Amino acid sequence: MERSPVNINRRSLLALPGLVATAAFLAACGDDKEPESTGPVKLRFLSLAWQKESLAANKQIVDDWNKANPDIQIEYVQGDWNSVHDQLLTSFEGGDAADIIHYESAALGEFAKQGYLADLSSLLPADFKSEISDKVWQTVTVDGKVVGVPFLLESQVVLANKKLLDAAGVTVPAANAPWTWDEFAANAKKLTKPGQYGVAWALKSPTNRVMNLALNYDGAFFYEEGGKWTVKVGDGEKAIPQRIHDMVYVDKSASPEALSFGSTDPLPGFFGGKYAMLPGSIYLRQQMIEQAPKDFEWVTLPALKGTSQNQAANPQTISISEDSKAKTQAMKFIANFLNATNMAKLAHGDWLVPTGKAAGAQLVQSTQGKQGWDVAVASADTLVQAPFQRAAGYSEWKSKIATPALQQYFANKISIDQLAKTLEDGGKQVLK
Amino acid sequence: MARSRTASVKTFKRAAQYLTLGCYLVFLGFPLVWLLSISFKEPREMVELHPTLIPKHPTLQNYVTAFTEQDLARSALNSLIVASASAALTVLLALPAAYSLVRFKTRLSTITLGWVLVSQLFPFVLLVIPLFLILREAGLTNTRFGLILVYVTWSLPFALWMLQGFVRGIPRELEEAASVDGASRLQVLRRVVAPLLAPGLVATSLFAFISAWNEFFFALVLLKSPELATLPVTLARFVGVEGIARLGPLAAGSLLATLPSLVFFAVLQKRLAEGSLAGAVKG
Repeated sequence: MERSPVNINRRSLLALPGLVATAAFLAACGDDKEPESTGPVKLRFLSLAWQKESLAANKQIVDDWNKANPDIQIEYVQGDWNSVHDQLLTSFEGGDAADIIHYESAALGEFAKQGYLADLSSLLPADFKSEISDKVWQTVTVDGKVVGVPFLLESQVVLANKKLLDAAGVTVPAANAPWTWDEFAANAKKLTKPGQYGVAWALKSPTNRVMNLALNYDGAFFYEEGGKWTVKVGDGEKAIPQRIHDMVYVDKSASPEALSFGSTDPLPGFFGGKYAMLPGSIYLRQQMIEQAPKDFEWVTLPALKGTSQNQAANPQTISISEDSKAKTQAMKFIANFLNATNMAKLAHGDWLVPTGKAAGAQLVQSTQGKQGWDVAVASADTLVQAPFQRAAGYSEWKSKIATPALQQYFANKISIDQLAKTLEDGGKQVLK
Repeated sequence: MARSRTASVKTFKRAAQYLTLGCYLVFLGFPLVWLLSISFKEPREMVELHPTLIPKHPTLQNYVTAFTEQDLARSALNSLIVASASAALTVLLALPAAYSLVRFKTRLSTITLGWVLVSQLFPFVLLVIPLFLILREAGLTNTRFGLILVYVTWSLPFALWMLQGFVRGIPRELEEAASVDGASRLQVLRRVVAPLLAPGLVATSLFAFISAWNEFFFALVLLKSPELATLPVTLARFVGVEGIARLGPLAAGSLLATLPSLVFFAVLQKRLAEGSLAGAVKG
């Protein structure tokens, strides 16, 4: 019998899936760098906007751009904050990432070190660069490369029930005259009475909040010596956890039940007059607008002051994928997307602080500083890069060591010294 | 006297049974009822200190927002296409494979079944990037067909395992009797095995459908174009930083997401109870 030229024996058949997978893998690993595109391009923009106003602003800016720039078309793709890291990791590995990526500075380092993000240093327009302060640019600079454009900042403020403050004779501080932590604690005591706590600390996920606020007392937590990171917990680092702890267990001016709440969980109690003050992110103002009862009067108190008002800056960013074939065009779009007017729109939509000075000024002017915008924009000056944002292994330390230890401390199960020891020992185990 | 006491004990037992069943139904149904309630509430009503089950000022705004802002209808259609195709293809492939494994016993079939079980131990995260690379080389990323292939690959081992259990439950004597009466193997399969396997096929297709309908991560990673997004991916867009959700539109969308599964179950669950083999073989 004549043998068919395509006759495949069983052993070859069994090897076929392996061969296909290997070929695919090798093809994927191959260097397929193409030159920069110069003609008309279509770029994918992965956006993480999720609030109604923010979504509308994003889509509007993209639509206007597409109408005005037929040669550089932007495809708007909406992602979501909870899964974006895995989505990016997979698409970077698979060489199929979006050209333009919305994310946050704290997460960029990992991708930048793996070479997935383009260096924007030479692409940034000069006037654009001068709009944003150097300390904010530092948060997106990895190994000397600028890997994102920071555009929205988040600061920690205190929201308060104006009627309860008035009833207790507590005066609202001006944006340029913040309360010290001592004044805050004293006022929280004044605002505490049967059925009402002065403050609700929502600390279900306490680590980032503690790391951010620790800078009020120069609490860095992370120290780099000879390329190696260590955790040290001194008086500066102990100050914030101890003050929160004492408000709950010594002054009894803070609600113990709220310690297990997520950031928006205390809102029903806040609106119902159960808590007079609510420390939280500046974006909580949006929930006030949308969800507060019509007769509810609220105010935004400026960020609290220790030895300074410093907090950690973790701006939202726009980056360009290293694999993008049209980086120059992508930067053109970003420059337009983040011009002062658009940045102000985006900040307003997300109830966050714009990084651009002109955008901040526009925002204060257009809102007349109401709804806490004066406090929000002023808080930009207090945001600096924190050491924990640069420490390799921070995420692991946070989830395995810090969060459980802080939860135990805030539940009054361990002392401040035990907390300090746990955090330091955990740092030795986890940090690189 | 004794009879009346027995009757009242019976009545009491029956009442207790119904009460327990009622409590269980409330326990199971409450999340769905609460979801329905939230979907008709205004934002202000959602954060009241003492929430009510019945909305005070019912509104359809959440549904309007969900459908206009995110094109949920198209996402639901995408999910329906992908989940139905995945279920059909999974059953189509699993049925002959399961039958062969059970009826033609060799050492290889035992090893195969063992491997099917072992393959279930791999976390899917391990498979994402290799799968992505293979699909990309085949030009199947950002296509529904690529996603269907992934879902079939994902569901097939478990479906195979499920079905072979059902096949094993069909007495061989029935097939032998049909053969003796002159039926070919194909006729035996079509007229004897398939009807008896109906509950198994329904259970397996339900499993495959619901797995595909609910799956999030592969759909997120493989489908780039907004117009191809499936329902779980679209619903995730109502959740923002630190897990803060836009509860109203999310509840409205989630309610929509539960409906097809409920309908699918309602239509097919009757078949699950059928196919009793009682009396098929006289011992």
